[in-house]
Amino acid sequence: MKRFAGFLFVALAVAGAVWAQGALLINGAGASFPNAIYSKWFDEYHKKFSNVQINYQSVGSGAGIKQVTEGTVDFGASDGPMNDDQIKAYTDKHGSGILHFPTVLGAVVPIYNVAGVSAPLNFTPEALAGIFLGRITKWNDPAIAGANKGVNLPSADIVVVHRSDGSGTTYIWTDYLSKISTDWNAKPGKGSSISWPVGLGGKGSEGVTGLIKQTPNSFGYVELTYAVQNNIGYGTVKNSSGAFVKADFSSVSAAAASAAKSMPDDFRVSITNADGKTAYPICSFTWLLIPEKFSDGGKRDALKGMIKWALTDGQSFAEPLSFAKLPKEVVAKELKAIDKIQ
Amino acid sequence: MAASTTTVPNAGPVSGSRSFLSKLREGDEIARVVTFLFASTVVLVTILLVLELWHGSSLARHKFGFAFFVTSVWDPIAGDFGALPFIYGTLVTAFVSLAIAVPLGIGAAIFLAELAPQKVSDTLQFFIDLLAAVPSVIYGLLGIFIIVPLMREYIQPFLKATLGFLPLFTGPAYGIGFFTAGIVLAIMVIPYIVSVSREVLLSVPRDQREAALALGSTRWESTWKVVVPFARTGIMGSIFLALARALGETMAVTMVIGNTPTISASLFSPGYSIAAVIANEFSEATGDLYLQSLIELGLVLFILTFILNGLARLLIILTAQRGSEMGRT
Amino acid sequence: MTARLRYRKLVSGFMLGMTGLAALITVAVLFFILGYLVYHGGTSINWDFFTKLPTPVGENGGGMANAIVGSAKLLFLASLIGVPIGFFGGVYLAEFSGGAVAFIVRYAADLLNGVPSIVIGIFAYALVVLPFKHYSTLAGSFALALMMIPITLRSTEQFLQAVPGSLREGAMALGASKSRTIASVVVPAAYRGILTAILLALARVAGETAPLLFTAFGNRFWSPNWSQPTASLPVMIYTYAISPYDDWHRQAWAAGLVLLGLILVVNIVARAILARGVSIPRT
Repeated sequence: MKRFAGFLFVALAVAGAVWAQGALLINGAGASFPNAIYSKWFDEYHKKFSNVQINYQSVGSGAGIKQVTEGTVDFGASDGPMNDDQIKAYTDKHGSGILHFPTVLGAVVPIYNVAGVSAPLNFTPEALAGIFLGRITKWNDPAIAGANKGVNLPSADIVVVHRSDGSGTTYIWTDYLSKISTDWNAKPGKGSSISWPVGLGGKGSEGVTGLIKQTPNSFGYVELTYAVQNNIGYGTVKNSSGAFVKADFSSVSAAAASAAKSMPDDFRVSITNADGKTAYPICSFTWLLIPEKFSDGGKRDALKGMIKWALTDGQSFAEPLSFAKLPKEVVAKELKAIDKIQ
Repeated sequence: MAASTTTVPNAGPVSGSRSFLSKLREGDEIARVVTFLFASTVVLVTILLVLELWHGSSLARHKFGFAFFVTSVWDPIAGDFGALPFIYGTLVTAFVSLAIAVPLGIGAAIFLAELAPQKVSDTLQFFIDLLAAVPSVIYGLLGIFIIVPLMREYIQPFLKATLGFLPLFTGPAYGIGFFTAGIVLAIMVIPYIVSVSREVLLSVPRDQREAALALGSTRWESTWKVVVPFARTGIMGSIFLALARALGETMAVTMVIGNTPTISASLFSPGYSIAAVIANEFSEATGDLYLQSLIELGLVLFILTFILNGLARLLIILTAQRGSEMGRT
Repeated sequence: MTARLRYRKLVSGFMLGMTGLAALITVAVLFFILGYLVYHGGTSINWDFFTKLPTPVGENGGGMANAIVGSAKLLFLASLIGVPIGFFGGVYLAEFSGGAVAFIVRYAADLLNGVPSIVIGIFAYALVVLPFKHYSTLAGSFALALMMIPITLRSTEQFLQAVPGSLREGAMALGASKSRTIASVVVPAAYRGILTAILLALARVAGETAPLLFTAFGNRFWSPNWSQPTASLPVMIYTYAISPYDDWHRQAWAAGLVLLGLILVVNIVARAILARGVSIPRT
């Protein structure tokens, strides 16, 4: 018995010592929206700097905000910027602030799984609001058919899919719906975790995409990358100028163009339903949430280095993954803001 | 306690032995104290857990009071939380699972206890015990890729076509929902019903059966009308055990239930359960009220399973006692 | 033979046949599960699965090497915490205590045993993650240990109590103190049963996912030490299963096969060891 215990203790100590050395591990959590590019970035960054491991978990923007506030992760990520209450909660808890750093631009697209429909469907704002309010229930409803003349829409029920977790993607989607529908704005309104009138819940962008893929006649919203990577049909949306626009780099960049010029210092801005003939109406920046003060110098320097890389070299990975690069003005402003991290 | 006498303190099955080498008593005392500390750790941790649940939900309990259990709104933005959809979903899926698992489980237990030869019974029981060892997430995996498509393509449309007039089977066939979750849960709890029921059936004294057969009953009649009623309390206990397991299941349920806080009479509707909503929303609950409402849900679940487990144990013990008493006459 | 009797005999045959069917269905389910896992997972298991780390989202390939090691670490630490507490607590119940204290300890263990695993996760989060401000392997192991303790404790108590009194009395007659008796005579006699119970407890917590969600969290890389998040097989299965990527589904099946395979092997071995006479207490 004694010998066994002794052996165990030694083994444990050795294992602990061996494992304690080596890589610097930084933990982050948050939005599933940019997960495709973040996982690529952190993988590439690790290849460049093999002693830095940035472990990012795609658990939803809501969890990202919560966990970075609790301090259980080193940084967060969200596509809905933290509101004033959440920032105050952070500052109250930590005694210092939290900074938003936009990383890429992405689009939220309406995705669907309708048999026999291969060309992209056109959606008016009224159709989108109506479907998610539960007022439009069938695929061949005039509100949808009217914008899609010549397409054979089935008379099947629409299976609405939304996020079951706190989501920045939901925030962007409902932010848009609140702008174009007074009914939606009254209730349920915009937020990352709302009381949905109808629909099934999927966990994360991954869960929503998975549900759409497996459920016929389903309809949901998800970041563009998920639709492209999984070959799921996604539709065009009518923007404020009246044109049906498909989400791609140019339409997303067009939406960000005006915001880029007037970007506030804390980088929190909404670009849904932007002006511009070619602008895609449902897109957004996505932010990394970085604490202002770090007690661990190693982590701070590694993160600063990573952000700098992401804003410069990292941007080249954006377009292959269907994200749009940041506007030059925003990058310049951010590079200056990195110095705020201490 | 034992300082001045030569008797070893009364403990366990070996009592009253005398140690005439007093220095050895010290070793015994140390052993006693050390093991007592470990045992009390268990008690401490359990108390801590209950306290944590109680204290961690205090804000929500005071704000909502009893209304928490009957409100069906779950609105994190407005700060309005009601447990009803989750309690409903938890209970509905549990009852659907029992509706399937109880007949199957008791039937299988009867076969194993009454009909099958010893070797066959033991072998089959061995396999059924292995079924109980399959983790929840693997049931969820099979649920998503095998059962959900099966439900959506064949079973749900079939039920709609034949029994669609019942409010139970209305609504679109998503594949996921209360019914599917109930089926997956049924598979998970059958082993508990079978193994406990088989044991209580085996413990029924032989003369009960023989008396019935001697009076001219068929095998089935002696089983169903004499043996099973005799073991009735124990079988009830196994059902409570299964129910407790079904209520607390998390992963398999959240993967197939649809994660939507809805109350609907239709079994095809998507829903939510207490364990599933905690798993999905706990990491992201910003704001104390939101988090504490989730913890209060955890407290509710804990109390439910606690009561059921206690009842189950009581019933099983009662049957065992009854069997041994009757066996002596 | 009257018609009535014939009818009753028919009913009897039919109903008993139905019970046989029920038993068959129940056992068949197990084989279906195994069959599907072998079919879907077997084709997906390759050397990469066991040796590579996960690739970025959307890229095919990669493996679950870190999750396999992560699960092993979690279980190792969980046993380190849970087994001593359960074992020595069981020794206390069987050898030293009586009456009220024993009742309280048993009651607490039964209570802990019945706690749903997600609630254990909440508790571990509040106790280990929040104060240390870290998701960690330690927190995950703590949660798993909490689930192992009641099983280990009750089993230890039962197997120790099953040791015949004559063994104890013999030792004491030779002059051994109580603690010496327990250590050198009673425990070795019950050792096989206790070890089996520990193995079964391990097999049970090996598949637990819910308590790990808020404790061990997840890690795309190797977990460097005990105080950092770690990937684990069950959580990876969950994450990959609900995703839309076919490659991830493939890996989820493979992971499911590996996990279930290990659990079943441990169960079979444990029960086979015990089949020499001692029965397994039902939890």
